[in-house]
Amino acid sequence: MRLAVIGAGAVGRSVVELAGEHGHEVVAVADSSSAIVAGSSDGVDAEAVVTRKAETGIVGDDDPADALAADYDVLVEATPTTLGDAEPGFSHVRTALERDRHVVLANKGPVAERYGDLQALAADSAGDVRFEATVGGAIPAVSTVEDIEPSHVTAVRGVLNGTANFILTRMAAEGLDYDHVLSEAQDLGVAEADPSFDVDGTDAALKCVILANVLSFGGADDPADAREFSLEDASVEGIRDVPGSVLRLAAEDGRTVRLIGEATGETVRVAPRLVQENGTLAVSGTQNIVQIETTHAGRLNISGRGAGGPETASAILGDVGRLG
Amino acid sequence: MSDTRDGAPEAAAGSDPAADGGHDPSSPSTHTVRLELVDEPGQLLAALQPIANNGGNLLSIYHERGNKTPRGRIPVEVDFEATPERFEGIVEALRAEGITVMQAGTERYAEEITLVLFGHLIDTDLSDTLSRIEASASASVADVSLAAPQGTEEVSSARLRLEARSGETAEAIAAVREIADEKELRVVAPLAGVEA
Repeated sequence: MRLAVIGAGAVGRSVVELAGEHGHEVVAVADSSSAIVAGSSDGVDAEAVVTRKAETGIVGDDDPADALAADYDVLVEATPTTLGDAEPGFSHVRTALERDRHVVLANKGPVAERYGDLQALAADSAGDVRFEATVGGAIPAVSTVEDIEPSHVTAVRGVLNGTANFILTRMAAEGLDYDHVLSEAQDLGVAEADPSFDVDGTDAALKCVILANVLSFGGADDPADAREFSLEDASVEGIRDVPGSVLRLAAEDGRTVRLIGEATGETVRVAPRLVQENGTLAVSGTQNIVQIETTHAGRLNISGRGAGGPETASAILGDVGRLG
Repeated sequence: MSDTRDGAPEAAAGSDPAADGGHDPSSPSTHTVRLELVDEPGQLLAALQPIANNGGNLLSIYHERGNKTPRGRIPVEVDFEATPERFEGIVEALRAEGITVMQAGTERYAEEITLVLFGHLIDTDLSDTLSRIEASASASVADVSLAAPQGTEEVSSARLRLEARSGETAEAIAAVREIADEKELRVVAPLAGVEA
């Protein structure tokens, strides 16, 4: 497959680097201000693009619009997640689908905030839309739900934000308060300077909203009847105010606290919850876990790395493979 | 309507062919149910009828007229004999009539729920919070552990062990949440039914 990669952050760069190993060719790369489009015969030089981005902050001398217009089979949308109208990511997706090309998303915005619009565009296109990388990084959450079939899945829950999980794990292990552990996490690069998106539960909620859309649309006989979810429909509580004493009281009773997201075809909820200290859901550090509750196959647990460039790129390239 | 006669249980038990000493599921035994009645005329009779009508053999009624529950209702304890199968039907019939069944045999508070509350627990009157949870009918408070820092301006936490009636953990958690929301407290609820 010939890929156009839009977005040259950690995820986009990893896709550029790893595409060859998966048997694909990158024919265009764009960031917000520049692009490189390969000549007629061969793909872009992955190493050169990554080096140039690192050294100069741009990927090439072309215009970002040239990458969108390039001759690709699959558009990889890896620009930062935006809420509301989910732009500019949504327009990138629209452009590709209107050209009957496939789209693979790492950007959560279009799938969480405009799932109905996205499905409508896909229905009119010869191209498909896939978005495994939007939920749980390397963990195959969406494709597992699809394999079981959404109508046979009653709920999906889990730990879907590594930053929040790292903070809760450290608070419990060291008996420290939130503020202490947050600065430690920021020093380690686990938390961003503005950690709101992670610690307020927004990121986990977006992932659950996406899963709720998969369950709702996938379980409906007619997609037109499916309930569409967006962030507004989620009940979200973060971990910012959780005092250390909550973790101590939980530990005295063999339990701990995890920021758990839950999605069904009807509800989306993210909140700190009590779980068994040695239980399946009490993953440590930046690990994520997805637990799928099924009608006929019991409960499935998949844990792993929920973020990171190569991890997320693996999910993207897995999606590209499924388009084959 | 009922084929149960006074004095019949002994006869039935005496002819029990089970040789393993196991409990014969068809033999009647004594049950106690604890009800909450609204303080209005006719309520007691309305509560006894579903018992008699569904094959329960009334033994005694303890009507605590002067003693009210936190919700201003009158607690009534009723002893009767019934087979286990009929007993379930009786409890269902009572609930179907809108009568609050606080305790039915050993089923009372069959499920334990542990949750943690945090926020300004002291300023918002923890004992009032606990008695309101207790009064919510779905659960009783079995145990409380408090972690309160010096001074009331900081947030404190309390771990609560609740006992909820079988199948009513969601209702019990919802009741706690409602009280907590009103007092601007946060609830760290367990993942009900997912204790993995």
